[in-house]
Amino acid sequence: MSNVSITLQNTDEARSIINAIVSDNPKAEIQQFPAMVKIDCPDRLSINRETVEANIGRDWDVQEIHLSLISLSGNIDEDDDAFVLAWN
Amino acid sequence: MQLDLKTMDFKPKRQTFSHLARRFGEDRAASRYEEATYDIQADVHFHYRPTWAPEFEIFDTARTQIKMDDWYKLTDPRQYYYAVYNINRSKMNEAAERNFDFIENANLLANTSPDWMTKLKTFLVPLRHYEWGANTVNAGITAYGYGTALTQATCFAMGDRLGLAQLLSRIGLALNNNDPEVLDAGREAWVNDDMWQGLRKLVEDTMVIEDWFEAFVAQNVAMDAIVHGVAYDSLVHEGAAEGGSVAVMMCEFINDWRKEYTRWADSIIKTAAAESDDNKTVLQGWVNTYAERAEQAMRPVAEYVAASHGDDIVQAARTNLDGRMAKAGLS
Repeated sequence: MSNVSITLQNTDEARSIINAIVSDNPKAEIQQFPAMVKIDCPDRLSINRETVEANIGRDWDVQEIHLSLISLSGNIDEDDDAFVLAWN
Repeated sequence: MQLDLKTMDFKPKRQTFSHLARRFGEDRAASRYEEATYDIQADVHFHYRPTWAPEFEIFDTARTQIKMDDWYKLTDPRQYYYAVYNINRSKMNEAAERNFDFIENANLLANTSPDWMTKLKTFLVPLRHYEWGANTVNAGITAYGYGTALTQATCFAMGDRLGLAQLLSRIGLALNNNDPEVLDAGREAWVNDDMWQGLRKLVEDTMVIEDWFEAFVAQNVAMDAIVHGVAYDSLVHEGAAEGGSVAVMMCEFINDWRKEYTRWADSIIKTAAAESDDNKTVLQGWVNTYAERAEQAMRPVAEYVAASHGDDIVQAARTNLDGRMAKAGLS
């Protein structure tokens, strides 16, 4: 078992994404840094459009994640509804 | 020479305002919406009761039959605060402007039959007075309501409704070669034409409802569902065979706006209904009362535009409302 990880900026917008990640991935571990948030999760981490939309209060395109993204590790599987990190 | 770079990690003393940290039970970063919403309502240190209603404090939770443990549960799923609201509406308005330009430049109204033009003007233009009524009702809710979560959203609703009234005037002018006579005729019909008297009476009665939550349910849930449903889901489509589809394009703003407005209104009902069975009973009663009155008021308008199937159109709007209310937890 190895971790996948994603690092996002610590902005108002990204906080909604982070909240969505935390509620959808119970095993995710959050590390706070001054300007960024690193999230590690064993095996698989998914960011679901619907959960983010509920948190952010508007329509959200999965591609918008790139505006908040700093770094990530894992193989990416993305479509219109989710952005999933896992090791193939 | 060797340089060692050392990083230092400064922890901020606090993540957010203390009143928010107390509410969340933890000191975590709050979103702009949370900062602009929670516990903003003034609720202490009123020295005098208002002379015009001495049985209440200036801001008093007893002004409505609805009871909530915490009035800040009635949050806005769109998370609108001033900046987001304005940016969003400005985008929608730009799109509407482009539609009007396009219609004018391509001369799309040239293919519309004169008969359908007359019908459009007759049923769309007077509806601007309905929107103005909705502006006033939401102003009343904003003034007497309790809890910034709801009253800031109703304040934005005021702006929305004035905007819709302006848009309908704009549509009227576009249909009439920019001759403002169409607006005078619309007002004349609103005040004197039998077809509109039911709706006008309902709008005026709604303005003087004392219980502000009742006014919210009447206006933003029941009446809007029927009036907007009939007019913009059905009637504007009636002229498709007569080159009238362009009216649908003119109303695009309204239909985009309705999607998010109903999402907000339904979520308020859902939260208030989930609070207690008493709330649920009261809300259900209000929805039924005002939806029935709105149905009666819109029947003559629907029959004027759609003749024999006007009744089905009104019924469809009601069925749609009942479906929404069932989802929100009312029976």
